[in-house]
Amino acid sequence: MSDLKSPAAPASDPIVQHAEALRYARLLGWGTRLGIALLVCSFAVYVFGLLPPQVPLDQLPRVWNQPVAIYLQLTGAPTGWNWLALATKGDFINMIGIAVLAGCSIPPLLAVIPQFLKRRDIAYAVICALIAGVLVLAASGVLTAGH
Amino acid sequence: MREVFRVTASIRYLRLPLLGMLMALAMPAQATDLAAVTSTLPWWFWPLALFVTCFFIGIVAVPAGIGGGTLFVPIIGGFFPFHLDFVRGAGLMVALASALAAGPMLLRGGLSSLRLALPLALLASMSSIAGAVLGLAMPASLVQIALGVIILGIVALMLASKKSEFPVVAQPDRLSSVLQIHGVFIDGASGRTINWQVHRTPMGLVLFLLIGVMAGMFGIGAGWANVPALNLLMGAPLKVSAGTSGLVLSLVDSSAAWVYLNRGAVLPMIAVPSVIGMMLGAHIGARLLNVLKGSVIRKLVIALLLFAGIRAFLKGSGIWV
Repeated sequence: MSDLKSPAAPASDPIVQHAEALRYARLLGWGTRLGIALLVCSFAVYVFGLLPPQVPLDQLPRVWNQPVAIYLQLTGAPTGWNWLALATKGDFINMIGIAVLAGCSIPPLLAVIPQFLKRRDIAYAVICALIAGVLVLAASGVLTAGH
Repeated sequence: MREVFRVTASIRYLRLPLLGMLMALAMPAQATDLAAVTSTLPWWFWPLALFVTCFFIGIVAVPAGIGGGTLFVPIIGGFFPFHLDFVRGAGLMVALASALAAGPMLLRGGLSSLRLALPLALLASMSSIAGAVLGLAMPASLVQIALGVIILGIVALMLASKKSEFPVVAQPDRLSSVLQIHGVFIDGASGRTINWQVHRTPMGLVLFLLIGVMAGMFGIGAGWANVPALNLLMGAPLKVSAGTSGLVLSLVDSSAAWVYLNRGAVLPMIAVPSVIGMMLGAHIGARLLNVLKGSVIRKLVIALLLFAGIRAFLKGSGIWV
């Protein structure tokens, strides 16, 4: 149990955790808070009509009951990262917060790799890099292209 | 004590209105077929109903020890007019947000183990992408039937599974020894320092591959399967299993969520009120953890899942659309 840290806690309730776990937790917490804050703000912008949406609000009940392929045809909504071009629309501005939440595990994974390497824990450094790679690959849209 | 009885009684009274509300929500969906149920209600009714429903799901999900996503997909998929593609996309976001919100605190407190979570999450996140791609390619009715079967399986698992607070692991397996998967945590209830280790790691890895496929395919998260796999199969203490399950979920649901996002299957009007409602409800649920009677909540959740599972099966079969 080398390289353990005990963050400030009452002596009667000691908390023991590895340094990399604490770094991971800190970065994950920041990312989550940022994502949720963006989500709440952008949704307020959306429902209060501060920015015009791509799909008018009163039209939504006619299309949200359709399979995604038909929904995309009917609304002209983009796939992949093409929503970035519509990020000034009331509905697509929400995608920023959603993308932050979906991607906020990547920075903590990358941040703990140097700590694992420092401890010569090659296996875990590789595992972190592989998971980050899987998430980046999923986020890139390469795996879902062509549909 | 009086407080416990009062809350328990109020939860009992809550059971019928909750089921009644779900029946009422299902009414507008009875007129047309599975793929094209059109609501006659104004657009704002549905995000509001989603927020309220998810708030209640969030309250009961924490004391019942089940992920919000597990309740979300069958209930929203069965009783709201949204297509299952969007419900699954939102379900993954709900499960992801819940796991992310709790993850850092559990990790800092030693109730979640990075060393235990990462190898399992690597395989499960890869297979969840395959599950998501497969799920989006399958006909909605088939996914709905399979979802009904899975949900009824979860009910059976909840009724039958035993939990082991501190499983005895006499000898760790070779792989877990090499990866140094072990840890220490302070049990808040007893104040004891618990040293733990795991066994059957290769079998656990295979199981998490399957769990990943299901999480991606149905968008239901996978806490219901993670905890028994970590606790009963691999021998991690129950609290470490629950905490580590959240960390695994945050990575598995993240990779599957990207597939739904890239396919355009995450609608903000469905996903955002669900995420916010669920997180607020879970916050209240966590605060009520000490006053609510766990067994009563568990029975309520089993009843809801049973009803939603039967509804999903019948909806997919075209018997009750």
